[in-house]
Amino acid sequence: MAAPCFFSRLWRAALALLALGSLAASQIEDQAKQFFRSGHTNNWAVLVCTSRFWFNYRHVANTLSVYRSVKRLGIPDSHIVLMLADDMACNARNPKPATVFSHKNMELNVYGDDVEVDYRSYEVTVENFLRVLTGRIPPSTPRSKRLLSDDRSNILIYMTGHGGNGFLKFQDSEEITNIELADAFEQMWQKRRYNELLFIIDTCQGASMYERFYSPNIMALASSQVGEDSLSFQVCPKSLCVSTPGHRTDLFQRDPKHVLITDFFGSVRKVEITTETLSLQRDSQITESSYKEDRMDEELMEPLKYAEQLPVAQIIHQALLAEVWTLPSAPCGMLGSRSWPATFTETEAEGLAPPWGLHSRPVGPYHHGFLQDLWNQAHEVHFLDSRVREGRVEDCSLG
Amino acid sequence: MGLLSDPVRRRALARIVLRLNTPLCVLSYVAGIAWFLALAFPPLTQRTYMSENAMGSTMVEEQFVGGDRAQGFARDFAAHQRKSRALPVAWLERMMRSVGLEVYTQSFSRKLPFPDETHERFMVSGTNVYGILRAPRAASTESLVLTVPCGPDSTNSQAVGLLLALAAHFRGQIYWAKDIIFLVTEHDLMGTEAWLEAYHDVNVTGMQSSPLQGRAGAIQAAVALELNSDVVTSLDVTVEGLNGQLPNLDLLNLFQTFCQKGGLLCTLQGKLQPQDWTSLDGPLQGLQTLLLMVLRQASGRPHGPHGLFLRYRVEALTLRGINSFRQYKALEGMFRKLNHLLERLHQSFFLYLLPALSRFVSIGVYMPATGFLLLVLGLKALELWMQLHEVGVSPQEAGGSPNPGPPLPGAQGVSLASLLAPVLISQAMGLALYILPVLGQHVAVQHFPVAEAEAVVLTLLAIYVAGLALPHNTHRVVSSQAPDRGWMALKLVALIYLALQLGCIALTNFSLGFLLAATMVPAAALTSPHGPRPFYAALLMLTSPAAILLGSLFLWRELQEVPLSLAEGWQLFLTALAQGVLEHHTYGALLFPLLALGLYPCWLLFWNVLFWK
Repeated sequence: MAAPCFFSRLWRAALALLALGSLAASQIEDQAKQFFRSGHTNNWAVLVCTSRFWFNYRHVANTLSVYRSVKRLGIPDSHIVLMLADDMACNARNPKPATVFSHKNMELNVYGDDVEVDYRSYEVTVENFLRVLTGRIPPSTPRSKRLLSDDRSNILIYMTGHGGNGFLKFQDSEEITNIELADAFEQMWQKRRYNELLFIIDTCQGASMYERFYSPNIMALASSQVGEDSLSFQVCPKSLCVSTPGHRTDLFQRDPKHVLITDFFGSVRKVEITTETLSLQRDSQITESSYKEDRMDEELMEPLKYAEQLPVAQIIHQALLAEVWTLPSAPCGMLGSRSWPATFTETEAEGLAPPWGLHSRPVGPYHHGFLQDLWNQAHEVHFLDSRVREGRVEDCSLG
Repeated sequence: MGLLSDPVRRRALARIVLRLNTPLCVLSYVAGIAWFLALAFPPLTQRTYMSENAMGSTMVEEQFVGGDRAQGFARDFAAHQRKSRALPVAWLERMMRSVGLEVYTQSFSRKLPFPDETHERFMVSGTNVYGILRAPRAASTESLVLTVPCGPDSTNSQAVGLLLALAAHFRGQIYWAKDIIFLVTEHDLMGTEAWLEAYHDVNVTGMQSSPLQGRAGAIQAAVALELNSDVVTSLDVTVEGLNGQLPNLDLLNLFQTFCQKGGLLCTLQGKLQPQDWTSLDGPLQGLQTLLLMVLRQASGRPHGPHGLFLRYRVEALTLRGINSFRQYKALEGMFRKLNHLLERLHQSFFLYLLPALSRFVSIGVYMPATGFLLLVLGLKALELWMQLHEVGVSPQEAGGSPNPGPPLPGAQGVSLASLLAPVLISQAMGLALYILPVLGQHVAVQHFPVAEAEAVVLTLLAIYVAGLALPHNTHRVVSSQAPDRGWMALKLVALIYLALQLGCIALTNFSLGFLLAATMVPAAALTSPHGPRPFYAALLMLTSPAAILLGSLFLWRELQEVPLSLAEGWQLFLTALAQGVLEHHTYGALLFPLLALGLYPCWLLFWNVLFWK
């Protein structure tokens, strides 16, 4: 009777293992589902205080409060671009030098010991801000002053200062208009510099700044409507100073109810090395249900595609060998184009894994299901770094 | 052909203007007066607001609690001053040093042109003491001033005590970004003038003073404090300065903010704020305050040390009041808010009128009143010009005019000489009025049993009255062929002269310009040799510069609810004349030269016109 016992034990063990395995697999699946819930793999924050001088103390205090919160929830200094005039802590008028308090009870010193200001004093200009956003930065700029985001980054942009109907004042000498800002965000979208954007503006008439946005995946919050001043309730009671917050979520594709605050204020640090393979379902319910109908889908006759960034084949009129072809140094997150050189076969593409995360998969900017398609293609997903991914290309030509 | 070049049309136009002239003049004058009276009423007057961002959007929490210390200092100071009749300089120096300031002194002296009866001084010499509190973490490029004027008649010891206590408190704080100068001056305004001249390295009034050893950068704002227990109201603020200059309205707004915050009772022109602006009472009270301010501004006197600061474009206020502890917080708060300034006060108005502490009238709203009044002069001048050139008369109707040559009065039969003579003689009288009284006081004292001050005043009056006798004498010098044309040409010149003068005065000192225009314009417009001569003579006499001064003194006292009897009024008038001459020499006040060299000759021209034969 040993054999049947053995087999039954084995069978039971196998069952148990299978159960465990499936449990583990389902756990991994759950984790993976969780991971792909929002679609972002890293977080950035751009915090801008556009005022200087002592009487704008509150703007600096606000920005530093947000900085503190964002750091506390996990975004490291390397992923925060902080633009401040930084003339408060050591101002001759500061009764407590080297401190900046966010409340008049002076409980919390938001300046602290480890504030890392990237753009300080007169460097906070409209030009620098737009360069940071769009990535058009001179090569000599240090890394800490760059927004090195990619298409999986959720970016929090917080701006505070003095604003008006359709503009925001930068340090008493220039303004940025809502149209410029909208265009900057569109550039960011076209350059695949963000996955989702949370734009918070804390100025007078702040709602006017997000009126002109037209790029997808942006959620905007403002502290006051057009025609209202945004004043601190420590100074002016609510009965006198009316300031109604506003928001805009029509460009945002997920349901805001399902968006966690930590999607923007916290940091994704999920670096889990696993040897298990996981096949993601083609049509998981989560992805389907969380997408809204894209209006543009009906309007598009044919899917849009990227123009080739550098049409080398046309320029030098010769077929390139895959091995010697080195792509030009593109900023992180740049996607390749559809019309790859004809000699570049899929198998050759397999071997080529550019270290900076270039996805050799063409996608259109307005394709709402590009993530879905991505999963359609990926068989194996290995996560080595939060920003780098290599994939096995099944089909280069994607509609 | 164009409207003005077509002779037929021109004649028609001229006829219309000539016919409508009198109604238009009357309408314009009434409109000007009515506009001015309406300035105190709501649509034309607005609430004040803080324009400077650096002062408006910052929070300040006052912590000063040194009331007892201030009282102690005040008692000590009063005791020391009683012992030595002058300012106790050594004690002040010691006290300021103990409080922690950098102390310096400055001595000054001045010999007045004639003895001052009101302050009983002739050879003035004194010492100013000032201490500088250096900003702990800033370069000493800007400063604020707290000044307390001390004189032999007003001891102001409470203010000195408060100054020392505030200095001690301020010294212990680290948030000062500007230096603070605590200044105690002797002989009131003379000491202040000496200090200011030495600080800014100029010499405008002939004061002899020792150079300053310690400076603190450009002065951004100043507050003068006069505390005595004689004044009934709580804290009275004065803004009118020398020659009608005013500080930036933001400084007044700052003071008003702290009045409201600290629950202080603050007054303007000695009157409380009217609360109700919807009914008629509030605006009427506002009108009273407005008239008081107009009279004060027109006099051009520096009503406090702040008036002298304004000449150097340092915004300044004078606060007068009884000693109450709540004031300390207001002062401390004001200085802390001024500390937040990054630039000079420039956001708010520099020219305004105040019907109440929280209401103001800006220059764009009050200027049309003077415009309407001066329009009358312009219309009259136009009428005279047309009559002189017979523009409304066709060539057939014109008679006696030999040749319609170039449009010069000279070519119309009135020689330039006949016009020039009255003008020059009147101007010479004005010059005599300006120079002779002070120059000839010693001669007068030798021949008459009067004091120097009285001699000056009496000489003034004598020359003034002598001018009235002129018309009877000038005709011996001047003869004109066309008597009618002569007076018209002279009146034309006089009208234009008056309009120019009043226009220029109204731009710099609106109150003076408006006051003079309101009184002189009707008489000037009406004067002519034809018509009821005694009536016109009386009208012209009543609106001569001296009579306007007398009248405004009575009006001022009436508005302050302390009416004058005739004798008192006359005494006050004589004192005012002496003070006017004295202030011109000591501070550079411009009322006396304006009246003597500008308006009196102009008025004499009208007098000449009236008595034209």
